[in-house]
Amino acid sequence: MTDISSSVSSGIAGAPRAYRDIGIKRRYAAERRFRIYGISAILIGLFFLFTLLWTVFSNGYTAFVQTTITLPIEFSEQTIDPDAERTTDPSVLLSANYPVLVRNAMIKILNIDPANRALVKRATDMISPSARIQLRDVVMADPSVIGKTVNVALLAEANVDSANKGQVDLTVDEARRKINNQQLTWMDQLRESGVMTKEFNSGLFTSGASSRPEASGVGVAALGSLYMMLIVVVLSLPIGVAASIYLEEFAPKNRFTDLIEVNINNLAAVPSIVFGLLGLAIFINFAGMPRSAALVGGLVLTLMTLPTIIIATRAALKAVPPSIRAAALGLGASKMQTIFHHVLPLAAPGILTGTIIGVAQALGETAPLILIGMVAFVVDYPGSPMEPSTALPVQIYMWANEAERAFVERTSGAIIILLAFLIVMNLGAILLRRRFERRW
Amino acid sequence: MNMMSEAAVEKALDKKMNDVSFKMIGKDVSVYYGAKRALFDVNLNVRQNTVTALIGPSGCGKSTFLRCLNRMNDTIDSCRVTGKITLDDGDIYDPSIDVVELRARVGMVFQKPNPFPKSIYENVAYGPRIHGLARNKAEMDQIVETSLQRAGLWNEAKDRLQEPGTGLSGGQQQRLCIARAVAVSPEVILMDEPCSALDPIATAKVEELIHELRANFTIVIVTHSMQQAARVSQRTAMFHLGNLVEENDTDKMFTNPDDQRTQDYIMGRFG
Repeated sequence: MTDISSSVSSGIAGAPRAYRDIGIKRRYAAERRFRIYGISAILIGLFFLFTLLWTVFSNGYTAFVQTTITLPIEFSEQTIDPDAERTTDPSVLLSANYPVLVRNAMIKILNIDPANRALVKRATDMISPSARIQLRDVVMADPSVIGKTVNVALLAEANVDSANKGQVDLTVDEARRKINNQQLTWMDQLRESGVMTKEFNSGLFTSGASSRPEASGVGVAALGSLYMMLIVVVLSLPIGVAASIYLEEFAPKNRFTDLIEVNINNLAAVPSIVFGLLGLAIFINFAGMPRSAALVGGLVLTLMTLPTIIIATRAALKAVPPSIRAAALGLGASKMQTIFHHVLPLAAPGILTGTIIGVAQALGETAPLILIGMVAFVVDYPGSPMEPSTALPVQIYMWANEAERAFVERTSGAIIILLAFLIVMNLGAILLRRRFERRW
Repeated sequence: MNMMSEAAVEKALDKKMNDVSFKMIGKDVSVYYGAKRALFDVNLNVRQNTVTALIGPSGCGKSTFLRCLNRMNDTIDSCRVTGKITLDDGDIYDPSIDVVELRARVGMVFQKPNPFPKSIYENVAYGPRIHGLARNKAEMDQIVETSLQRAGLWNEAKDRLQEPGTGLSGGQQQRLCIARAVAVSPEVILMDEPCSALDPIATAKVEELIHELRANFTIVIVTHSMQQAARVSQRTAMFHLGNLVEENDTDKMFTNPDDQRTQDYIMGRFG
C-alpha cells in the first residue's frame, strides 16, 4: 500500500512527467481530414445536382408559357358548309376547309393584299397548323357559331413562339433563319395591338403527341403513367408484403429459402431492360397481351418493383423489436395475430416508404417500356389500360430526339413535370413515415 | 380479498402450501439449443399459490427452464425440449395441447418492460379481446379496471387510459405488463427478472405486488437478486450449469441450505 501511494504522489507532485506522445495531434488531424473529405464529397454532389437542375429549369421554364394569337375568326357559312348539308350530314363540319378561315383572319388583321400569295403564306405560317383542329373543335362543340365572328385564341407556330420568347438568334442571316424579317415586323405589330400574347401553357398538361411542338403535351403520357402506377401499386404492394411476411415470419430457414433470398436480392440489381425483355417474351409473345398497352407496362414495372418492396418490407419487419413479439406471444396471441396486430402496424412506415420509393423508381423507368412497344406516337387519351399508351419518361425520350427549339424546351418542361411528380411522391413517403412512426 | 385480515390470508395460504398441491410438475426436463445442452434432467415442481424463485449465476438455465413452462422456447428454431412438464396433470408438450391455450393459462412478464405502443387501455384489453373474455364494452372496462387495480396501477393510470403505455415510467410500464398478463386470468404467471431494469423504489412496488398476486396466482420468478428471492418467494430453486442444485423452502435455503454450492452462491463466493 505505502509503495503505491508514494509512487502516485511522486508522480503527481514530483518532477513533471516526461512528455508522452499518445498521438493526439495525429488523431485530430485524421478527424479533420475526414471531415474535409466528407464536405468536399457533399459539395461535389451539390454542384452536379445544381448543374442538372439549372440546365433543366433554364431550358424548361419557358415551356410553361405559350404564345397565342387571338384572331377574330369569321365562321363563314360559305367556307364551312357551302351546300348547307350539316343538318343531314354532320361530317361536313369535320372536313371543312378551316385553314381558309385562319388565312382570311390573318389577311384582315395584318392588312395584306390577298393577291400577294407569298406574303399571305408567310402570314398564315405564323399560326400553328393545329389551328385547323382548334377551329373544328369550336364548330363541333357549338355549330351555331357558323355565320358569326368570334375571337379565338390560336396557338402561334413553334418558331414564332420561340422568337417571341427571345430564343431565336436574330443576328443570323435572314435566309438561314426560321423566321424572316417580315414576320418579325408583324409580330411586333400583333404584340402591340394585344393580339399576340403569352399565356399559361395548359396544353402542355392536356395534349397528346403531335408533330407540331406547340400542340404537343404530356397529358396522354401522364395518363399512361398513372395507369401503370395504379397497376404497380395494386399488384406489387399486396404480393410484395405477403411474400416478405411469409419469408420473414413463417418460412423455415433452410437452403431453399436462402436461395430465394439471394435471388430476390439479385433481382433488385437486374438491369431494367432485362425486365422489358421478360415482359415482351411472357406478356406479349406468350400471353398475347396487346403491345404498347399500359397493362403490360404496369406488369413489367410490377416485376421490377417487387424486389425493392420485398427487401424494404423484410428490413422493416426485422426492425420491429423482438420484445413486442414476445409480449404478444406470451399473452397467448397466435403467430398470425402477433404479426397482424403488432408487427405489421409497427413495420408499416418502413413498408410504405419502400413502396413509394419503388413506385417512384418505376415511374421514371424508360428502358423496359421501350421494349414492350410503349415508344408510341399516341394522340388520344387511352380509355383503358388495354389501349395503346405511352409514359412520361418515354415522352421525354421521344421529344429529346426532336430537333426543333420548341421541342427542346418541352423536353425540359416534361422533365420538370416528372421531377415534380417524384418530389410529391417522396414527400408523401416522408409524411407517411412521420405520421405512422411510433416510439417504443 | 380485503374482507380477511392479512394474517388470516397468510394463514390460509400457508395452509394451502402445506397441502402441497403441485400446479406444474417438471420431470427430467432437458433443453438443447442445437447441439448444446442447456438443461440436464431437471425435476422441479411448482406449488399452487406459491411464489417460486429460480436463482443461480448467469447462463445456469433458470430462464430456459422458465420459458419451458409456457413453451416460449418454441419460438427459437434450434431449441428442443425433452422430458415432461405438466400443468394440472396435463402434459403441456403433448401434441394435442394448443400452445395458444397454454399461454392463456400460463402468462409471462419479461425482463424489460415491453408494453405495446398503444394506449394503456389497449395494452390491458388486448389479451381478453383475442381470447374473447369480454362480451361487451362494459365487461372489458371492468376487466381493465380490475387488472390495473391488481397491478397497483389503477390510481396512477385511471385518468390517462387513452395515453400510450410507452409514455409511463419504467416501473409503471412493468406494472402495466403485469396488469396485461393478469387481465387474461392465467393460472400461473412467469416472471423473468421483472425488476432488473427498475430502480429500487419501483422494484419495491413490484415485489409488494408479487406478494399480493400470490393469493390468486401461482408465480414463478427468475431473479438475480438474492434479497429479492428471500423477500418475495416461499420456495427457492437454485440452478448451476444447467443442473438443479437444490429446491427448498426459501427460509431454509437462505439459512441452512442442504447443498454446499447453494451456500457458496448465497454467500457470494461465486456467481
